[in-house]
Amino acid sequence: MSKIKIEAENLKLFYGDFQALKNINLTMKEKEVTALIGLSGCGKSTFLRCLNRMNDIIPNCHVEGKLTFEGEDIYHPDCDVVALRKKVGMVFQAPNPFPKTVYENVAYAPKLHGTKDRASLDEIVETSLKQAALWDEVKDRLHKPALGLSGGQQQRLCIARALAIKPEVLLMDEPTSALDPISTLKIEELIRELKQHYTIIIVTHNMQQAARVSDRTAFFLVGDLVEVDDTEVIFTNPKDQRTEDYITGRFG
Amino acid sequence: MSPKVTEKIAFATLRAIAFFIVLCLAVVLWDIFSKGLPALTWEFITENPRRGMTEGGIFPAIVGTFYLVLGTIIFALPIGVMTAIYLVEYAKESWATRMIRLAVVNLAGVPSVVFGLFGLGFFVLFLGFGVSILAGSLTLALMILPVIITTSEEALRTVPRGYREASLALGATKLQTILFIVLPNAMPGILTGSILGVARAAGETAPILLTVAAFFLPRLPNSIFDQVMALPYHLYVIATQVPHADQSIPYGTAAVLMILVLGLNLIAILLRTYFRRMRKV
Amino acid sequence: MAIRTEFDQSLRDLQAKLLHMGTLVEEAIHKSTEALVNQDIALADAVIDGDDELDRLQLEIEDSCMKLIAMQQPMAKDLRKISAAWRISVELERMADNAVDIAKSCRRIAGQLYIKPLIDIPLMSEICQQMVKGGLDSYIKDDKDMAIKMSEMDHKVDALYKQVFRELLAIMLEDPKTIAQATHLLFIARHLERFGDHATNIAESVVYLVTGERAYLNE
Repeated sequence: MSKIKIEAENLKLFYGDFQALKNINLTMKEKEVTALIGLSGCGKSTFLRCLNRMNDIIPNCHVEGKLTFEGEDIYHPDCDVVALRKKVGMVFQAPNPFPKTVYENVAYAPKLHGTKDRASLDEIVETSLKQAALWDEVKDRLHKPALGLSGGQQQRLCIARALAIKPEVLLMDEPTSALDPISTLKIEELIRELKQHYTIIIVTHNMQQAARVSDRTAFFLVGDLVEVDDTEVIFTNPKDQRTEDYITGRFG
Repeated sequence: MSPKVTEKIAFATLRAIAFFIVLCLAVVLWDIFSKGLPALTWEFITENPRRGMTEGGIFPAIVGTFYLVLGTIIFALPIGVMTAIYLVEYAKESWATRMIRLAVVNLAGVPSVVFGLFGLGFFVLFLGFGVSILAGSLTLALMILPVIITTSEEALRTVPRGYREASLALGATKLQTILFIVLPNAMPGILTGSILGVARAAGETAPILLTVAAFFLPRLPNSIFDQVMALPYHLYVIATQVPHADQSIPYGTAAVLMILVLGLNLIAILLRTYFRRMRKV
Repeated sequence: MAIRTEFDQSLRDLQAKLLHMGTLVEEAIHKSTEALVNQDIALADAVIDGDDELDRLQLEIEDSCMKLIAMQQPMAKDLRKISAAWRISVELERMADNAVDIAKSCRRIAGQLYIKPLIDIPLMSEICQQMVKGGLDSYIKDDKDMAIKMSEMDHKVDALYKQVFRELLAIMLEDPKTIAQATHLLFIARHLERFGDHATNIAESVVYLVTGERAYLNE
């Protein structure tokens, strides 16, 4: 039994008066892939963005309940958000490399966090790109603009950029929704490899993707966590009728 | 008439009207340059005016305008950009930000001659800068501040949210994100917008009339507290106050002013295309 | 980069399980005839006891197939490979039941003096074992020719069955006291004949897997 990495207890989130998350209880274990599925606006992305406090940048957003990272309260006033985000990396829906070179994209965060000498940066860039299965494709064009890469490569670059600060958790917000099927499969393959070293939480609209890549699946419905179980169970024998309706595509 | 014919007529009319704009510019340019270009000799550009400005060159006015443009940039750019950053990146929607925006909009609507009067009252007399480059630059800066703020705001807003989020998610602070990600990406927009604003300032007469411009001063300034001649005012003076001047002198001055303003616009366009190309592959 | 490695791995695991099940079935039919020939009750019991393991394996393979379909969304040949595995596992389970039935008949007539020398029945069993082996090999290798060749062996099994039937009929007509044992032997021959039919079904699955076209090999 691997240890619990992130745990939500009675987590509630409000945008102004609107309650976007109602009493979420969910644990995410180390080196497991947890998939969050559900309809648009069901709160799965909102929940994901609680985990590295990206919701902080949204005005009038406020959180109740408890959310812990390795037992430390993420929303405690003393929590260092910068330190948290170094441990909890994030990959977004649309590939969003900075309009810099491939190298500068990966080196950006390590530089900010104090790595200055060239040799260390070179090494970080190479390791991160290798981990993201992109090294062979870009090693000859490290100093060319990142925006010249294909969409799938850009997304893997974003993964490499997130890995460059050596996080422990990787949050992925619909990482393949803007990609073609082959690029999608490559990212999925990558997720399976990365899970040996990282705890991964992925939001996806694509149920098949959740089935393919995750160990655990959580089904959200209008701000509620309806069911969470081993992915195999969710997709072959869900307990809740609403989950069954959703995964069989019979949602009224 | 069939809808198809109506459509064709409408299209042709709209196109003709649109081309009329080009015609207007062409006529103005042709008028200025056909009469002004013959006057543009090396002597005209590099020498002081002589004999009550009926002879000689316009060198002090060119230098004066150059100093004023420089001063305007130095004052307006940092203040404008920083205001825009505050408004876009930091300020939450509140009565305070609404007031700032309202101020910006109204500042943009103030007639330029009112800026001139204000400059006289505030910079020249109250702060005691006298009629000087300093007072004139500050007045012009104040006038183009709204342009710089709004274009900078626009430029900052066009930086994709994704860049900011990516940077923040990598553990960058807000200030780091603004300095290393947002500003470099907004710079092309900020610069081109600012240059267009400055180009406008370079051609203004009213604000400098009361704050800096000298009627006739055939020497170069020694400090920022000196008066200078400036091209637009000089043009006004020789066109209206010097009845015996040769036609070629006001037109030559106008041509130089046009070249200066168009040149600034050209720089803005070149910068924009350069940055655009940089962003692509 | 290689993609879908997890799916490929799961598919290999599934095939390994199926191969294991095939080997067990081959062993079961071999042992049951061995028990018959040698009148070895212990061996017959072993075959009967071994059936639980085969039933369990069949369910396990079925679960794996279902999981693969639900989780990996296989398409085209991948999908046919999984559906074939599912079908083959069902056939194998029934073939194992045939072996169990043979073992049960064998227990009933153990200790009696056989009314005829057992030559054709072991021969049928021999062929059946080759058929199981051939079926699984052709599945693993995606070899439709091998599958068709295997299915043709069923003609020999059918012919032998008819021969055994006629022979036992003659014996029964001659001496009604032999009917009890002869009936059991007849059942045994019948089970072997059915066993061959199931093997032919496996061949059909393999042909469909390879070509995507249905084939009718059972005449």
